[in-house]
Amino acid sequence: MSDDLILRVVTKILIPFIVLFALYVQFHGEYGPGGGFQAGVVAAAAFVLYGLVNGLDALRRVAPESVVETMVGAGVLLYIAVGLAGIVLGGHYLDYSVLGGAPVDGQHRGIFWVELGVGITVSGVMLKVFYLFAGRRA
Amino acid sequence: MALAVVALVRTRVLFAVVVLSGVYSFLMGVVLFALDAVDVAMTEAAVGAGVSTVLLLGALSLCRAREARPAARPWVPLVVAIGTGLLLVYGTLGLPLPSDPHAPVHTHVVPRYLEQGPAEAGIPNIVAAVLASYRGFDTLGEVTVVFTAGIGVIALLRRKAKEER
Repeated sequence: MSDDLILRVVTKILIPFIVLFALYVQFHGEYGPGGGFQAGVVAAAAFVLYGLVNGLDALRRVAPESVVETMVGAGVLLYIAVGLAGIVLGGHYLDYSVLGGAPVDGQHRGIFWVELGVGITVSGVMLKVFYLFAGRRA
Repeated sequence: MALAVVALVRTRVLFAVVVLSGVYSFLMGVVLFALDAVDVAMTEAAVGAGVSTVLLLGALSLCRAREARPAARPWVPLVVAIGTGLLLVYGTLGLPLPSDPHAPVHTHVVPRYLEQGPAEAGIPNIVAAVLASYRGFDTLGEVTVVFTAGIGVIALLRRKAKEER
């Protein structure tokens, strides 16, 4: 889309850090501020930036639309699966205490997977909406 | 922020409107950061100033870049908007001060979360513990809302794209 050298170089430098920050917010959310929702949006923003500079077709090669669409549903299913795992292991729905040896470990594990589910769905929806809006004329 | 809002209302160039609403969202993020709501500030900056600005620009590229002049001066909506705003401001007068330690929000479940949270959930970030564990059902509902919104946009826009072909 853009042939501006400065834009291309700057985004190329920025995108790895944005993705790294998204992963940090996702997986460090239990210790610092952040969580799945914020991480999902930041990750989607990195891909949107890539798409804005390099064009939609380049973005489709990096993040195929079928994968993005799968992410939309996969995150919710992951969340529900964590809830069902609680039932299978003898607790209540969305009761993470039974997921690990000690209740605290289970809580930790449950929160980790649930937040991951949130992140996957949010980034999938954001990217898909961007695809739909930006692809209207293409 | 007030400046951004006044400029937002006055200008008729839609590109400026989009950029100004991004500026407004970013300032809102700073305000939330100052209120120690780092998680919300991060969301506001990323969604309000980042992604939604891009989406609005995408929508803008599909329509004309200037807002049409209204045929008549709509007074009734203005009165309704100002009236609602005044009512909301009046409502905030009944709220306790943000720093009041005896406010209901600080005496109801928050002390329990703060005292028992690290021991029960085992993670230092209480916000994440409340969101994902104590309020797990609510968060599942939120994710479902995001999911449903995404599905709705897909259903609406994809059919249009097919009709155009």
